[in-house]
Formats: sequence, C-alpha cells, structure tokens
Amino acid sequence: MLPTPDTSHVSYNRVYEPAEDSFLLLDTLSLPSETTFLQTRFSKDALPPPLVLEVGPGSGVVIGFLTANATPLFGHDHILTFAIDVNRFACSATGLTVKKATAETGAGSSGVFLDAVQGDLTNPCRPGQVDVLVFNPPYVPTDELPAPLTKEGNEKPTFEEESKLLELAYAGGKDGMETTERLLDALPETLSARGVAYVLLCAGNRPEEVKDRIRSWAGGSWKAETVGTSGRQAGWERLSIVRVWRDDDQ
Amino acid sequence: MKVLTLNFLTCAVKACKSSSDSFPLHPKDAELVHDDVEVNAQLLTNLLHRLDWKALRTTATELGFPDLPETAPTQEDLENDEKTLKDLHNLLIETQMMEGKLVCGHCGHEYAVREGIANFLLPTHLV
Repeated sequence: MLPTPDTSHVSYNRVYEPAEDSFLLLDTLSLPSETTFLQTRFSKDALPPPLVLEVGPGSGVVIGFLTANATPLFGHDHILTFAIDVNRFACSATGLTVKKATAETGAGSSGVFLDAVQGDLTNPCRPGQVDVLVFNPPYVPTDELPAPLTKEGNEKPTFEEESKLLELAYAGGKDGMETTERLLDALPETLSARGVAYVLLCAGNRPEEVKDRIRSWAGGSWKAETVGTSGRQAGWERLSIVRVWRDDDQ
Repeated sequence: MKVLTLNFLTCAVKACKSSSDSFPLHPKDAELVHDDVEVNAQLLTNLLHRLDWKALRTTATELGFPDLPETAPTQEDLENDEKTLKDLHNLLIETQMMEGKLVCGHCGHEYAVREGIANFLLPTHLV
C-alpha cells in the first residue's frame, strides 16, 4: 500500500473531505493495470516529462498521492503536477497537502508540484499540454446546479457561502452530469496527443451512456473504459472510474 | 506561483484561446520570493523538451531577470555549464510570484495573484 496523504490540516467546513470516491481514485491509480498503462505511456525515455493535472482537488489528497508516489506509479519521478479548483480554500489546502505528502515520501519518489490555481475546470489551461488529467466531479444528481463562482467571490465567506462551496463540490445538476459534461467537452482541447483522463462517475450518471458518447467523438478516435469500481449493489457499481484516451491505433 | 507554471497557463476567456496574444500572460506589479529547492539536473534537462522557450524568455524579461538566450540550451549545454543549469532552476522552480497580476495580451483582462495563488475565475460578464 502506498501512503495516503495526510489532510488533517484541512477545514472540512469549506473543503470537501476525502471520502469513498477519493479513495477509489487512489486505489484505481495504484492498480497494476493502471501503473502498467502509465509506465508504458509515460516511461522515463518518453519525452517530454508528463504534466499531470487534477481538476477540483478539494483537500488535495489525490494530487498529493500522485505527486508523492510518482516513482511507484509512473516508474520515475520526472513528472510535473498541478491542480485547478474553483474554491480558493481548496487551493491552499492542496498546496499544503502536497507539501506534506512529498516531504514524507521524499526525493526519489516525488515528482515536482507546480501550483494549485483558482479557476473553473480547465479554463486557464494552455491547450494540448495536459498528459494525465484526474477529475472527481460534483456527480450527485440534483434539481439545480449552484450558480458558478465568479471573480466577485468573497474573501471571508459567511456560513451560507461556505455551504455553497461544499455544495459546489458535490451537486451535479441533471443526471449529476452538468459539470462533468463541461469537463468532457474540454478534453480534446486540453489533453496532449498522448493524454489520458481518469473521470469518476456514479451509477446515476449512466456511465455506459457516457462511455458510448465519448467513443463516438471525432469519428470514433477516442476510447473510454471502466478501470475501477466500488460499492457493488444488486449488480450496479455505485462508483466507477472511467479512463478516457485517444486511440493510438488510429 | 512558479514561473514554470506560467508556461502552461493562458487566458481563461474562451475567445482568447485561439489568439497567440493570450500566451504567455504578462506579470504586472509582481512580488517575487525565492524558495530553496534541490536541483534535479536530469528533470530540468528533460523539461526543456516541453517548454515554450519563447514564452519563457518573455516571462523572464518581464519579471526583471537577465535576458535568456534566443534558443533553449541543449542537453550538452546544461551538462557542461553548471551556471546555466542553476540559473534555469532558480527561474523555473525556485522563483515564486506571491502577489501581483497576470494580464492577457489579447483581451487585457487582469488575473490577480494573492498569497501565491492565481485567480482565474472570470467576472460575471465574461463567463
């Protein structure tokens, strides 16, 4: 078992607390099938070194894990990581989580963490740069999506504003897919040619339909496969991780 | 935020993405600090393969660093010249922009950097 980053410094009044979904991402990315996939695609000799982005890191537990365990996961420590979160508190929390996690595993294991920046999904990304993108979305189906945060967002949030920050972390609107759809739409522009995305979905998101839609992009040049699941109930996987990437054979 | 990060970010306004003027963003009123980080020579060498050198030159000059050479150093350059390696490490990894603004050269929008965190959320009228 690779060490799970310590997030004891994070204020869970303002930032999503690591839960079953976060740990499913850690478990899936450490599976031999995924480390083999990543090590083949991003071997030390395959230049340039991969750029890893987590969108919506919250506490930073996942990007902290990826950065601190670069060598066991990617086979080398030549990876660059960064994160984008709409919630400023999540950005500061993530910075500290990664710092602690990399201090624990030390040089030789850790990649280089760049920054956590505040933003809406992949909006600030220069196109075609991201090699590995990880997204644990707000996936719970809800009647409404909270209004997006804008620049006018506050420094010192009231209790209601704090609730909104947490709501933004789970409320997914129609089918729980409204935010995830926006992220998926941006993948072809954001990812590099060798880029791969890991996106978490819940059963209510209708993962089979989501995968079918991705497979129909750009004349069928994309692949989408379920690579990790948890919480099997009556034949349904409650949560799943879908890997999305361009088909190399095309 | 690190100078290296600026090589991967652009203006968050959708209409700006296709304009070459939106990258790199231009630092303004930047307050810089220096963090000591151990040099990883091989990583730095490999990094050169993914940097937009022209954009980095612009950023470095705008932040008040000595002008970078017109073309990126080669692997041999870095292996044989410890000063170039150290300078590059200092610029890319150790220099942090703590306060200031990042300005888009296309739409003129200014993104604030506070306590080292850049805010790319857009005002309501630009969303």
